[in-house]
Amino acid sequence: MSSRDAVLGRIRAALADVAAEERPEDVPVPRAYRRRHVEPGQDVVALFAERVADYRANVIRTDEAGLPLALAAALGGRGARNLAVPRGFPAAMLPTGAWKWHAEPLDVPELDALDGAITLAAAGIAVTGTIVLDTGPGQGRRALTLVPDYHLCVVRAEQIADDLPDALARLDPQHPLTFVSGPSATSDIELDRVEGVHGPRALDVVIVDPTPTEQP
Amino acid sequence: MVSDPRSRGVIWLGSPAFPEAARTALADEQLRANLKRATGTIRDKRLAVAAELDDWEELRDSAAAIKKRVSRHLDHYLLALEASVTAAGGTVHWASDAAEANRIVTELVRATGESEVVKVKSMATQEIGLNEHLAEVGITAYETDLAELIVQLGDDRPSHILVPAIHKNRTEVRDLFVAEMGHWGQPAPEDLSDDPRELAEAARLHLREKFLTAKVAVSGANFAVADTGTVMVVESEGNGRMCLTLPETLITVMGIEKVIPTWQDLEVFLQLLPRSSTGERMNPYTSTWTGTTEGDGPRDFHLVLLDNGRTDTLADETGRQALACIRCSACLNVCPVFERTGGHAYGSVYPGPIGAVLTPQLVGVENAASLPFASTLCGACYDACPVKINIPEVLTHLRVKAVEGKGRASAEALAMKAAATVLDSPRLLAAAQRAAALGGKVLAREGRIGRLPGPLSGWSDTRDTPAPPAESFRTWWRKNRKEERP
Ligand code: SF4
Repeated sequence: MSSRDAVLGRIRAALADVAAEERPEDVPVPRAYRRRHVEPGQDVVALFAERVADYRANVIRTDEAGLPLALAAALGGRGARNLAVPRGFPAAMLPTGAWKWHAEPLDVPELDALDGAITLAAAGIAVTGTIVLDTGPGQGRRALTLVPDYHLCVVRAEQIADDLPDALARLDPQHPLTFVSGPSATSDIELDRVEGVHGPRALDVVIVDPTPTEQP
Repeated sequence: MVSDPRSRGVIWLGSPAFPEAARTALADEQLRANLKRATGTIRDKRLAVAAELDDWEELRDSAAAIKKRVSRHLDHYLLALEASVTAAGGTVHWASDAAEANRIVTELVRATGESEVVKVKSMATQEIGLNEHLAEVGITAYETDLAELIVQLGDDRPSHILVPAIHKNRTEVRDLFVAEMGHWGQPAPEDLSDDPRELAEAARLHLREKFLTAKVAVSGANFAVADTGTVMVVESEGNGRMCLTLPETLITVMGIEKVIPTWQDLEVFLQLLPRSSTGERMNPYTSTWTGTTEGDGPRDFHLVLLDNGRTDTLADETGRQALACIRCSACLNVCPVFERTGGHAYGSVYPGPIGAVLTPQLVGVENAASLPFASTLCGACYDACPVKINIPEVLTHLRVKAVEGKGRASAEALAMKAAATVLDSPRLLAAAQRAAALGGKVLAREGRIGRLPGPLSGWSDTRDTPAPPAESFRTWWRKNRKEERP
């Protein structure tokens, strides 16, 4: 008998008390919890900004027109010069200046030699202050936002889900997903929190608000 | 470290039994101080972030129900998971016990031609003693979680689920890094101080080259979703992302109870787990993957489904709820016994209240008869558990089994030893328990008790000590002893 059959056989024997006609759906699962932990009318983008900053990530809010300047300021603040830029990242967003942009493909040693990576995101989650990457356009493969020590992430306000249930419903699990809530951290030594271990030690999140339309 | 054949291959240090091990731990003032501070800090953080969600109880109800659905139909969900993982390009293996799981992983590593693997913290692989097994056949496994690295370099054992090296202080960690890192790879800088920031940096440098060149990684899994074939690892440092992303081959060893039905179910567990575990709204990194992805991450993905005593646990209608555990460690941090003894006294990779109910079931109650007595049945663990495992109920149930297995005299000795050790004096314990059982109702306000006077003060020195259950350890014991008499 294969181990597969042995384990399955043991499971079925162990569940002798479960009636043969019981189906999984017959075991009730109440879902009385809230779909979102925000109040109607609450400013979800402001909440996102506040919660991301709680993790000691740097948060910058801007609009479409101010984006290149905001990115230039973030990069300048970190002293980053050589940056990975994934496929599908809009070239128009990139600031002009003394930066060197490195396009994919980039192997691991090449990534390791860079100062950081600039990417878009797949979603944001306000309540938990999380950005989600799904390797889609403008985000690169997972190594791109992992190996360099600095991650600059651009999230559009309309990509920000209010809470986890909404965010998970927006995401496609067939893509590899990375949920990022602040820079890497450890509390393993005497519970002293240290930001920055193996993942990027610095995280900047730029939130792009819709450009206000002129009122006539 | 031995894996007793009778104990079905769970790494289990049956000797010394809990009472003796606890006595040693109690004598260690430094350990007790570290533990008290650590458990107190995490407990307060957890309470604060759980209180942010006013539907916490509804989330717990939902999580418990999902886990119940899975356990009653485990065969169905495992077959669904096997199908979805396979369809996504992964390979599923089934392991009856530790020996088989170790053999499968060894063969998979050998097939790559590699003799080194990087590992991301996984309780299942600790349970089966994978590192030791791999070492015997000439494969070196590098632990990459900072705490696991400390444990590995010190040839030590984890003492807490979340912070396994909490029994070591910064100076001990520094000395260990300076003495040992060079034997495993990149040595620690000579002028290394004991600042946690510098120690974390030393770990980063030590492991960097391993991450960037490793061809094979071994991981555990927090959840695996049956309907999509998605596997999830929840972590903080980024070592998980390194292991899951950079190597060519990924081998994930997962207990069969980790399967959940749907992608949507993660909305429940991802709200409960980080808040219950580290006391954060969300942990820094959560990775999910579904089989393999062209051009991104490992080319080969193997999922090893591990039984190793879990089906025996499943067969016990009361005990099976322990399989719902999501390893958050909240029950450790609220447990008055754990706070005094630390994790090593429990003799297995599963310490604290969950260890006291899980280990005896995995290794057989007769092999771990003192563990169900390593508790005062105060109920704080049940209250804290995000998946609502009724740990006191399972403990009481296992005590009956232990008594049946041991005969009255030795069972009494077991019970008294466990309790006496923890509270230093059986007379104090008796007084404390009596006072708790009688006085609990008077002192309780909305099911909680405040700071208690006298011998009970240490036990209620936490904001979420629940009111004592109707039946205390001593009254339970007396009643059962009477029942056994002819
Ligand atoms: S038993 Fe509950 S509280 Fe304890 S580790 Fe498991 S899930 Fe967490």
